[in-house]
Amino acid sequence: MELIINCENVDFRYAQEYALKGFALQVAQGEVVALLGPNGAGKTTSVRVMNGLLPIEGGRATVFGQAAYTHGTAIRERTGVLTETPALYERLTALQNLRFFGTMAGMGVAEIDERSKLMLDVFGLVERAGDRVDTFSKGMKQRLAIARAMLHEPEVLFLDEPTSDLDPEAARRVGDVMREVSEKEKRTVVLCTHRLFEAEQICDRVAVMKKGRVVASGGLVELRREVMPGISVYVRAVEPLTAEMIGWLQQQAEIKAVRQPETHVTVMEMDTEDTVPMAVAYLAGKGAKLMAVEPRTASLEDIYLHLQQNSGKEPA
Amino acid sequence: MNTGRILAIAQKDWVEVRQNKYAWMPMLIVPLLFVVVLPLVFTLILPALQVDPQDVLSSDQDIEFFISRMPEAMTRYIDFEKPMESMIVIMLGFLFAPMFLILPMMYSTIIASESFAGERERKTIEALLYTPASDAELLLGKVAAAAIPSLAATWIGFAIYTLILNLAPYAYFQRIWFPLPTWWPLILWITPALVVLGIALTVIISAKVQNFLGTYQTSASVVLLVVALFAGQIMGVLYLSVGVEMVIGAVLWIAAGVLSFYAIKRFNRKALLAGKG
Repeated sequence: MELIINCENVDFRYAQEYALKGFALQVAQGEVVALLGPNGAGKTTSVRVMNGLLPIEGGRATVFGQAAYTHGTAIRERTGVLTETPALYERLTALQNLRFFGTMAGMGVAEIDERSKLMLDVFGLVERAGDRVDTFSKGMKQRLAIARAMLHEPEVLFLDEPTSDLDPEAARRVGDVMREVSEKEKRTVVLCTHRLFEAEQICDRVAVMKKGRVVASGGLVELRREVMPGISVYVRAVEPLTAEMIGWLQQQAEIKAVRQPETHVTVMEMDTEDTVPMAVAYLAGKGAKLMAVEPRTASLEDIYLHLQQNSGKEPA
Repeated sequence: MNTGRILAIAQKDWVEVRQNKYAWMPMLIVPLLFVVVLPLVFTLILPALQVDPQDVLSSDQDIEFFISRMPEAMTRYIDFEKPMESMIVIMLGFLFAPMFLILPMMYSTIIASESFAGERERKTIEALLYTPASDAELLLGKVAAAAIPSLAATWIGFAIYTLILNLAPYAYFQRIWFPLPTWWPLILWITPALVVLGIALTVIISAKVQNFLGTYQTSASVVLLVVALFAGQIMGVLYLSVGVEMVIGAVLWIAAGVLSFYAIKRFNRKALLAGKG
């Protein structure tokens, strides 16, 4: 598939400190990619760079095959951005906001009116179209801001925390819309979020950021294989496993680690599930009263936290 | 350059200014005072109260001094044989001239403060920066938002002032006497320079003071220029004859050019996002 965004080894700083250092991200057409990271990781700055708002100091940043900063105007005609705050003109009505941003995007009057109606309908704001935005709730402002970002049917949609301030129903609707634009219309979506569950549900791929760079990226399976391979088998017993049992398990080459986070719970780390029957047979044979044996793979949250705690390289 | 975008920014800013009472209230009250109330006081109320014009002109030593040192190029418009006419011409035709310049400066600094600093204060600037508009289009849109209504409002104010000064004291003059030739350079040469100067100064100040009121209050200090001109006339140091006005205008245009160059250099997306633009 065609590569829409290609950032390689990008460096950028506002003043002395680097906001991006060695930032790399590739996004193909139609992909939904999540940029994950704590505050200050560089998510917002990377979106600014990809939209040609900021001149990079080193590396390469291209969007639609064009250098992002030098072709910023042309690139921004084809992208839509939901900023961290809704950034709407609160003294203007919802419709006036959409008309203004539609004009800025180069749309004609009839097209703006048609798309505005559609977007207001999609986001449940038709009845409030003529009301000033400062009378809107936080959730309504957020929905209007998403409508604004999608108004000119951008090929790439950048959404910074799209579901913050939204109730669960509206958040689900936004997720559905994102999936729809990606799957049906083959548009590309870059989602900046703290909500790992949302990223797991909606995105094809995640890129985990830390201190201005992407420390890992890929699908969940891929990330799991690279970052936290293997499985954790949780063994819950009526009585704690004896020292002899623990010792035997630790001696098995297939079992990488054994720990007891709780008295009645023992966790075995292993590469594959194939070792589970052998371990369970041994424990049962030794009289352990097993209640449950549950193999678990690392969740996105496990991987994210692992990366934030353990990925070492920091920008100079 | 996309004029559609430039006009859209300007129109959007005008709508926002109209919605901000802190912006439009002074823009309504000050001109009402200078353009309507004070001229009516001198042309209708003082005569109606049978105030002796000589008393008005001789009650203040500064005004007497002002008249005594007035160049011939200006005194030719005053008929000292007609006291009421003299008072009106001296007060409203000459002494008030620099005060009139408050209007373009006030308009341009208020609208530019609302447009540049207000946008950042309300955190709407980032969405605007993500539009396809170039830095130049953004700047021009905002300059147009401030410059066009400032010039238009000043010129409309001047037209109303002209009407009042000719109609209200018509009983004394029996002719159309205003505008005096000294007003044309003031309105057509100095006023646009002050508008550009006010906007450029506001753009620069808005980089440091990131809210509407703070920016307006700081940039409005440019009104000291008017005070200096007014004081200069009263003290007999500087008379706003056509020649002097052309020179003052040229100096203001040079200052406006230098400040605009500096403002344009500072107006870019990186500086705006870093809070230093």
